[in-house]
Amino acid sequence: MVDTGHLSLHVPEPAVRPGGQPDFSNVKIARAGAVPRPNVDAAAEDIRDLAYSIIRVLSRDGEAVGPWADLLSDDDLRTGLRHMMTLRAFDSRMLMAQRQGKTSFYMQHLGEEAVSCAFRKALNKGDMNFPTYRQAGLLIADDYPMVEMMNQIYSNESDPLRGRQLPIMYSSKEHGFFTISGNLATQYVQAVGWAMASAIKNDSRIAAAWIGDGSTAESDFHSALVFASTYRAPVILNVVNNQWAISTFQGIARGGSGTFAARGLGFGIPALRVDGNDYLAVHAVACWAAERARRNLGPTLIEYVTYRVGAHSTSDDPSAYRPKTESEAWPLGDPVLRLKKHLILRGLWSEERHVQAEAEITDEVIAAQRKAEEHGTMHAGGRPSVRDIFDGVYAEMPPHLRRQRQKAGY
Amino acid sequence: MARMTMIEAVRSAMDVAMGRDEDVVVFGEDVGYFGGVFRCTQGLQAKYGKTRCFDTPINESGIVGTAIGMAAYGLKPCVEIQFADYMYPAYDQLTQEAARIRYRSNGDFTCPIVVRMPTGGGIFGGQTHSQSPEALFTHVCGLKVVVPSNPYDAKGLLIAAIEDPDPVMFLEPKRLYNGPFDGHHERPVTPWSKHALGDVPDDYYSIPIGKAEVRRQGSAVTVIAYGTMVHVALAAAEDTGIDAEVIDLRSLLPLDLDAIVKSVSKTGRCVVVHEATLTSGFGGEIVALVQEHCFYHLEAPVMRVAGWDTPYPHAQEWDYFPGPARVGRALTDVMEA
Repeated sequence: MVDTGHLSLHVPEPAVRPGGQPDFSNVKIARAGAVPRPNVDAAAEDIRDLAYSIIRVLSRDGEAVGPWADLLSDDDLRTGLRHMMTLRAFDSRMLMAQRQGKTSFYMQHLGEEAVSCAFRKALNKGDMNFPTYRQAGLLIADDYPMVEMMNQIYSNESDPLRGRQLPIMYSSKEHGFFTISGNLATQYVQAVGWAMASAIKNDSRIAAAWIGDGSTAESDFHSALVFASTYRAPVILNVVNNQWAISTFQGIARGGSGTFAARGLGFGIPALRVDGNDYLAVHAVACWAAERARRNLGPTLIEYVTYRVGAHSTSDDPSAYRPKTESEAWPLGDPVLRLKKHLILRGLWSEERHVQAEAEITDEVIAAQRKAEEHGTMHAGGRPSVRDIFDGVYAEMPPHLRRQRQKAGY
Repeated sequence: MARMTMIEAVRSAMDVAMGRDEDVVVFGEDVGYFGGVFRCTQGLQAKYGKTRCFDTPINESGIVGTAIGMAAYGLKPCVEIQFADYMYPAYDQLTQEAARIRYRSNGDFTCPIVVRMPTGGGIFGGQTHSQSPEALFTHVCGLKVVVPSNPYDAKGLLIAAIEDPDPVMFLEPKRLYNGPFDGHHERPVTPWSKHALGDVPDDYYSIPIGKAEVRRQGSAVTVIAYGTMVHVALAAAEDTGIDAEVIDLRSLLPLDLDAIVKSVSKTGRCVVVHEATLTSGFGGEIVALVQEHCFYHLEAPVMRVAGWDTPYPHAQEWDYFPGPARVGRALTDVMEA
């Protein structure tokens, strides 16, 4: 008998903790333009490499290079930049509003703006997203009114959700944005069901599922991949890998699989890994997956490699679990600055125009905020009614709830 | 009109609903080609095609999760969980998702799904094929909970559930599938063909969710029951000769409180019976409502007869099952109190 010694448990640790020097040397980054662009009917097994590399379009110099480039018009690109800048300005105002006590809670997108803003442009009207709490770019890029978002964040008298849901848990069927749960991963398999329904009805609309790196560990992620694979559902399975699940580094959810994209391969689902801070790359990869879905070729899994520059939410302090300067060391840069550089390089933008656009956007956001605050904030002004507690639990209020509402005095 | 078992009645309900509405889809483990382990979906795939009735992976949260997504799209999924005991992996999807989608989105999205599941014991299923988890659903605001006790109700209530705009948990007492089992397990089984409520119209009809039914008029004591226990309560009244009024709730949520109050106000005595475990069972809720609304009519403490607070045992099934002897003892006690 071989003496194998005692067992010991492996508990993964991030490369660096607070006080240490940020180190991303383990993040292998392909050169922009280096990853091939397969046909959309490629089999998962023939494009395995794409689950382990990183598709990038924007080079260090700001050029758009390689087979995933050249999908967007000049106007599209300027609009894309504006959407990301708007989301950033919106976040900044709402974070401040939370600190001023105008709402209880907020979650920002800092560093991740390209993912949802660029993805939205790959969808058609009628397609449906099943988002998490960090994809408000889907609404901004679809021109959902900011004032409605703020009414929801403030839980004021004009809150479309009547004060029932946590701030930023928006819902808009019209804008293809499924009601955010606040629970994790449940929406992933629901997106697959929505896509199956579209296929059952021989429709042409597709669904997009969203999840973070940490929540891929939930069993609903597995459920979604099984169902999507079995029924070849017309769904795009998005994984936003922003490196951190609150205080837990992505290695705890990822385990030994190398990448999150690689999870798709075991299910026979084509899987791509993309630079999540590259607006052009995100858009190109999303279009590729959307075309696959529309042509009834089935699901695609996309991992967006990005970095959560801010805190998880207004309820945590990242300096307690990662080096303060880690975001500056993040090798994929800032999505707004990268697209800006590209536009300037091509003569489509300038520093002056950027400063001017920033001022315009700030004015728009402040104007929307003023309008929303006329309808109240969390602790001042107009509020939803106490009646709203009892309405909408069921289509028709059952007798026991009617009795309880009367007891509450309404 | 035809003679139907409860299996045939449930199948007929889905058949009628699928025939009337192309948005009704049926799926679950083994429900497609084979027609379900209890055969409730037999023939539906052949009749409506495999995109409207199909097999799923063994993944209950996937079954309910995809149903929620389909409902958000606009379909009306009626899914099967093979045994109620298997619903726990889907519990997150049911409680935090299906139950709250209308509420949290202020009606922007809704969740008209039906989740069918065979429930209860009496078939030597042991602890993983015998449970009665209805109280785990009645405690969740946003769900409706229905438990039929016979083929006629099963069909009418299932059609109503499929047409309902909100999620409905539809618990089918599996020991009633083939006959009105009254707990006398030592006697031959009576088939539904010999029971009036085995007469089921072939065509469409529905029974409103939230209405109880008096199964036996009586003046001495009110017995409140649902599912298999309705028949056990009737047997206990017969065996003891006590003139009990037996109420079949049919729907636990919404609950027909008026029917309960009316009967207990008349009899002044009340016994609540369910097969599920006692502590924190739905019986506790009924007893609370009875004392709140009928206190000045009560002549005796309200009693509960339920499954013991243990897992459902295998070999000792009939010592666990709250049969007519145990219900009869409670009737006698409440009359002597």
